[in-house]
Amino acid sequence: MSTDTTPTSGLAGSDFASDAHSAAGLREAGRDYLIRLRGGDMGALPATLGLLTLVIGFSLASDTFLTELNIANLITQAGAICVLAMGLVFVLLLGDIDLSAGFTGATGAAVMALMIRDQGLGWPVAVLAGVATGAVIGLVIGLLVAKLGIPSFVVSLAFFLGLQGALLRMIGEGGSVRVDDDFIRGISIDNMSVVAGWSLAGGVVALFALASLLKHRRQVRQNLQHLPLSVVLVKIAGLAVVVLGMTAVLNANRSKNPNFPIEGIPWVLPLVGFLLVFWTYVLTRTTFGRHLYAVGGNKEAARRAGINVDRIRVQAFMIGSSMAAISGIIAASNAGKVSASSGGSNTLLYAVGAAVIGGTSLFGGRGKARDAVIGGLVIATIANGLGLLDQPSYINFVVTGSVLLLAAAVDAVSRRRRSAAGVG
Amino acid sequence: MTGTPLLELRNVNKIFGAVHVLHDVNFAVHAGQVTALVGDNGAGKSTLVKTVAGIYAADSGEQYFEGQPVHITSPKAASALGIEVVYQDLALCDNLDIVENMFLGRELKKGIALDESTMEQRARETLASLSVRTVKSVRQGVASLSGGQRQTVAIAKAVLWNSKVVLLDEPTAALGVAQTRQVLDLVRRLADQGLGVVLISHNMNDVFEVADRITALYLGRVAADVATKDVTHGQIVELITAGRSGSLGLAPSAAPA
Repeated sequence: MSTDTTPTSGLAGSDFASDAHSAAGLREAGRDYLIRLRGGDMGALPATLGLLTLVIGFSLASDTFLTELNIANLITQAGAICVLAMGLVFVLLLGDIDLSAGFTGATGAAVMALMIRDQGLGWPVAVLAGVATGAVIGLVIGLLVAKLGIPSFVVSLAFFLGLQGALLRMIGEGGSVRVDDDFIRGISIDNMSVVAGWSLAGGVVALFALASLLKHRRQVRQNLQHLPLSVVLVKIAGLAVVVLGMTAVLNANRSKNPNFPIEGIPWVLPLVGFLLVFWTYVLTRTTFGRHLYAVGGNKEAARRAGINVDRIRVQAFMIGSSMAAISGIIAASNAGKVSASSGGSNTLLYAVGAAVIGGTSLFGGRGKARDAVIGGLVIATIANGLGLLDQPSYINFVVTGSVLLLAAAVDAVSRRRRSAAGVG
Repeated sequence: MTGTPLLELRNVNKIFGAVHVLHDVNFAVHAGQVTALVGDNGAGKSTLVKTVAGIYAADSGEQYFEGQPVHITSPKAASALGIEVVYQDLALCDNLDIVENMFLGRELKKGIALDESTMEQRARETLASLSVRTVKSVRQGVASLSGGQRQTVAIAKAVLWNSKVVLLDEPTAALGVAQTRQVLDLVRRLADQGLGVVLISHNMNDVFEVADRITALYLGRVAADVATKDVTHGQIVELITAGRSGSLGLAPSAAPA
């Protein structure tokens, strides 16, 4: 192993050389990171670099790309993709796929929209019903996959067709249901007040800093493996720059009409942020998350460790479909309607692409909730930028398809490098 | 042999359809000793291990744990008694690190969250108590470990839970010379700590190096249960292949040609 530079001899039995004095500082941590990269453990790096490249490219090619208005627009476009992709991460972690997620989302959104329009119910009940619809669809898919043993590809392909039928039946041929509930519409078109935006951003940064520093102190005190303090500080600074920078951009007035200022963070951003934090916690800090990774990594080992593999798989599909329903509701909020073709076309492939571009492996066992957000931004940037450049829409399809293929290729290659380097 | 065996099987029979796989098997595991279980392919070693582990239920016979009659009906019941099996194909998750693997399925929690600190400390203590120094970090991914290190982690996982009997299925089968050395040292240390260790192996060198007693199976019967120091290499090979060796082994009539 290339990290074999630390002396292991002469230590007491309880000393695990690299735990005791992990990476001594920034430079050593940087070197460790490079070694990990070369070993195929790329994490979010390709997506982050890709995003930067796209942003630079589009801002050179188009004058409007980097305007505050367009950035806010891009974020609302990315919302639905990110949420759908976040749900798919759970399914992909098992090495499974859910091709029906796009239409599950549209079905959930249609249930919500119809309950508001036809039953006159309030948005909380309608949203709950929409998400529950998603959960039930996920339950059925999960049971068919886990208990009957049908490949998820086939089950979800069947649901992909079946749910289109259900959607047509609910909405009617060629029709659409308007979504004009103020709250639902507001997710996409309303903004937080400037003060609320700054408070939220400041609070998020402060909480992250506090949590990271407390964790670091505990690890040092209990002699656990830990990152060097400098790396922790760099991470905090990095998050602060991104969050506060974004807030500054979005809190600036982006209206073209001086009489009607538009300013503030679109509500969809804190919604995605909350889901990101929530699912990251579930994946990394709970037994369920640990077992999900274990099942994705080695099903047989998980079974022998006493994990109920079938239950984990069903739960993963339920989370995926519930998140799809939330994504469908966000999409409906953005479009102001649910139509029979909602959730079709490239919706699903955008989301799968987002998860994979972000670094989630199609082979299972590897992936994070944040992958979906970074990847979702890449996809939304491509769609948004190409739109600004007035490209014919076929270009959009070809480019997005190529990016998905590229991401899957990076995934396959880094998986090969990992097994060659022996790093999971 | 002194004292009550930690685990004892008396007259255990196991029949799969027409095949009588275990025939009146008597088998004892003593604390602080390594008992080698040897036998040719199909002699019933795996079936015996799976019976002890609770994967199969014996058709007849008695089982005693620390002198008390017990009925091991499920893997959970076996681990509740303190019986752990380390399987040949190891059963580790490559995408998890050493701590995560050692606690898999039995994670410690603080409220709803995982208690990473305690798990990391306990994993380190267990590895240290086994004098494992070849692992650089307990937060290392399992995929980056060598075969011997993986075997070590699998064994450490089994002893983490204060188990009393550890059954090792061919622990050195896929290892090189140096790694075999490490694992055999570890097997010896387990017994020195007072555990009852069962070593299933085809490798006579390994068996004679670490085992205190040898139980040889021949076509589902116990051909001999002897102290290692009383037998030679050649005698054990004869017991494995023919069921008898000189005065040792099955009576000619009991051993079908």
